[in-house]
Amino acid sequence: MTALLDINHLNITLRSPNGPLRVVRDLTLELNRGEALGIVGESGSGKSMTALALMRLLPRSAEYQATSMAYDGVQLPDLEDAQFYRSIAGPRIGMIFQEPMTSLNPVYTIGRQMTEASVARGLMSAAAAHKKAVTLLDRVGIPDPEDRMSQYPHQMSGGQRQRVMIAMTLMLDPDLLIADEPTTALDVTVQAQILDLLDDLRRERQMGLILISHDLAVVAQRTDRVAVMFAGELVEQGTAQQVLYAPQHDYTRKLLAAVPRLDGTPGRPAPATPRVEDVIVARDVSRIYTARKGLFGPKRDIKALDGVSLSVKRGETLALIGESGSGKSTLARILLGLDHATSGEIDLIGRPIDQIPPTERAAFVQPVFQDPYTSLNPRRRLSEIISRPLMLRGERDSATNLAAVKEMMERVRLPIRLLHAYPSQLSGGQRQRVAIARALVTRPKALICDEPTSALDVSVQAQILDLLDELRDQMNLTTLLITHDMAVVHQTADRVAVMRNGRIVEEGTASAVLSHPTNDYTARLLEAAPRFETV
Amino acid sequence: MLRYIMLRGCLAILVAFTVSLAAFLLLNVASDPAQAIAGEDATAEVVETIRARYGLDRPLPVRYLDWLGGVVQGDFGESYYWHKPVASLVADRVDETLTLAFSALAVTILIAIPLGALAALNPNSWIDRFALGVAVSAQAIPNFWLGLLMIIFFAVTIPIFPVSGDSTWRHFVLPAFVLGSSSVPAVMRLTRTGLIEVMGADYIRTARSKGFRGWQLLRRHALRNAILPVISVLAVQLGQKFGGSVITESIFAINGLGRLALESILGADIPTVQMLIFVFAIVFVAMNLLADILNAAIDPRIRIG
Repeated sequence: MTALLDINHLNITLRSPNGPLRVVRDLTLELNRGEALGIVGESGSGKSMTALALMRLLPRSAEYQATSMAYDGVQLPDLEDAQFYRSIAGPRIGMIFQEPMTSLNPVYTIGRQMTEASVARGLMSAAAAHKKAVTLLDRVGIPDPEDRMSQYPHQMSGGQRQRVMIAMTLMLDPDLLIADEPTTALDVTVQAQILDLLDDLRRERQMGLILISHDLAVVAQRTDRVAVMFAGELVEQGTAQQVLYAPQHDYTRKLLAAVPRLDGTPGRPAPATPRVEDVIVARDVSRIYTARKGLFGPKRDIKALDGVSLSVKRGETLALIGESGSGKSTLARILLGLDHATSGEIDLIGRPIDQIPPTERAAFVQPVFQDPYTSLNPRRRLSEIISRPLMLRGERDSATNLAAVKEMMERVRLPIRLLHAYPSQLSGGQRQRVAIARALVTRPKALICDEPTSALDVSVQAQILDLLDELRDQMNLTTLLITHDMAVVHQTADRVAVMRNGRIVEEGTASAVLSHPTNDYTARLLEAAPRFETV
Repeated sequence: MLRYIMLRGCLAILVAFTVSLAAFLLLNVASDPAQAIAGEDATAEVVETIRARYGLDRPLPVRYLDWLGGVVQGDFGESYYWHKPVASLVADRVDETLTLAFSALAVTILIAIPLGALAALNPNSWIDRFALGVAVSAQAIPNFWLGLLMIIFFAVTIPIFPVSGDSTWRHFVLPAFVLGSSSVPAVMRLTRTGLIEVMGADYIRTARSKGFRGWQLLRRHALRNAILPVISVLAVQLGQKFGGSVITESIFAINGLGRLALESILGADIPTVQMLIFVFAIVFVAMNLLADILNAAIDPRIRIG
């Protein structure tokens, strides 16, 4: 039996101003029908480039050569464009991309985008395609699929769009599915549902699956074989068991060591002296948004927060977990003074937040946001970015500001030579360090971190989490950590609050909540979290 | 959607009246209309007679409200020069200008959009450079000069088209080309950048992965997104065609609104000038309104909050 996919000695070269860049070197892979292959590695390791080469989607500046790149015995590079697009892209090889917000065309309805490929190919009638699309939307867990067909992408959340994307790819019944970080944008419970669906399809239809991910836990759970890529090379390949539990290559070991684990005692050890001083206190906070259904529909109230009370004590890390839409980020925005509560009170170190002027508030609480690629101004140098909060407070003495900036850069371990660099010259991990340095330069009492590591690779994530931990001890920082990653909670939190539908459904010490959840929803979240030990 | 259109419509009317007020003030305050009608060496007595005859001795607010009252009823006053109602003067000549403006817009669209699209699909190729050359030249060459060149080449040296006049469609070919070419650079460059941006978008990659390519990919996924900014700019360009027709109509002796504007300015025919400014403003505002509505119809993100 010929393998479904057989890649031999694939090389991909990018033309760049500094000469050609070899992004994939000598890659050899094989995949059989019904088999799942995981490709792991950090960003820039060549995982996605390999997939794009298969789909003829490489950027113009890239070229590839391979001694063999065969799909079901057919050499893909030999096919004419017309033949490739007609017979391979879509009905044979389907691909799911990692950017759910931008991967759907904003001006066409979900229904049209889902059905067009099969109708244009003459595979089925418009009515049959519509029916199939509704069934698939239902299978990927989109509520009211019939109604959703006439909606536009901007009316859906990121997670929903990703599910639409997955359903759309499945419309053409591909024999090989390439999923590039398919669940990175999704909550754990949805993630588990999507991965289950892909598993089922693989069994039902003997579909081959290539799962590209930086999440080792997902890969460990869902694939038969794992390939580890580093700097364009395949450094290790083998069964999931072999690679993840008996790694041969140093890089694989390093990668594995960096993964936050869900085993062992959860949470951090209790401090020697109990923490007493309340830094952030929220009492019965509600936030109500008013929205309209349709153009002329009646007004509706949406309770983003519904009577939330919590307190974070000095030196403590409180992890706030829950699915997207549960109100975590709304709460963070209100605590930062970026939004106002409809009712309820918020105190920062005993003072109501409304009475603290914005310039002063910066010394109490500072944010670190999720996306280090977009939250830094690309036209400012690091020195300006980090000193900005000081300038805004009216501290204009450039010598002291520079000293403060340098001190912070040292604390977050950014080399001082980067002082005059622009964000575009930095890696994702370095950018997040910049964001942390900027947050800490005013010496705030509290940090609010909204998914600070979810855009980063595992090994970088571990470094950032360690850094936050260390800074917390050094500066006696109070941290509110918003995350959907249970393993991160497991590793860094003192206490945990679980949010759902704008309410806190469970709160307690990390070890209590993670080991013996009393709430059904918490139990489900924990159950759905990908982990190594269940392989 | 309906609310959106009504809101924009009200805004449009407001803008039109602001323009009319500005025009009125400019015409009546910046110079003395009675003096202008009478001529430079008229005696004070003649000027006073004229002032009284046309009611120019009344206070400004009264005259503006009087004019406004007429406008609401469709009465734009009587021309000092032709001694006919201004509205009928404009109505007589609007056909020529409409023909010229729309054929010029057609020229712009037919040259700029295909050229911009070809340039976008083959960036940095010879066709892209050629398109850039066309854009730079069209931008650099003034209308009146291009008009004269056209007349020399295509009416005198090789007499394919008539030199001037407006009696047949052949008379409109050269003027439409001249007037249309001035908008080519803006529209072409916008089409090019818009399409390049769209072709690099993630949803185009998605469409490719579903097996769409070439013309199908363009038609199904790229054009509708890329056309959005172009529509807005085309609306402004059409407005400019109306205003820009002053020069082109004079060169080619087309008896349209542009020429009427020129003649009435030279003849100090204030009611006519005033109505023309008002009409040009309305056209501009209406075109922008139309573009907004079209954009909303094409882009659901605008249409559905």
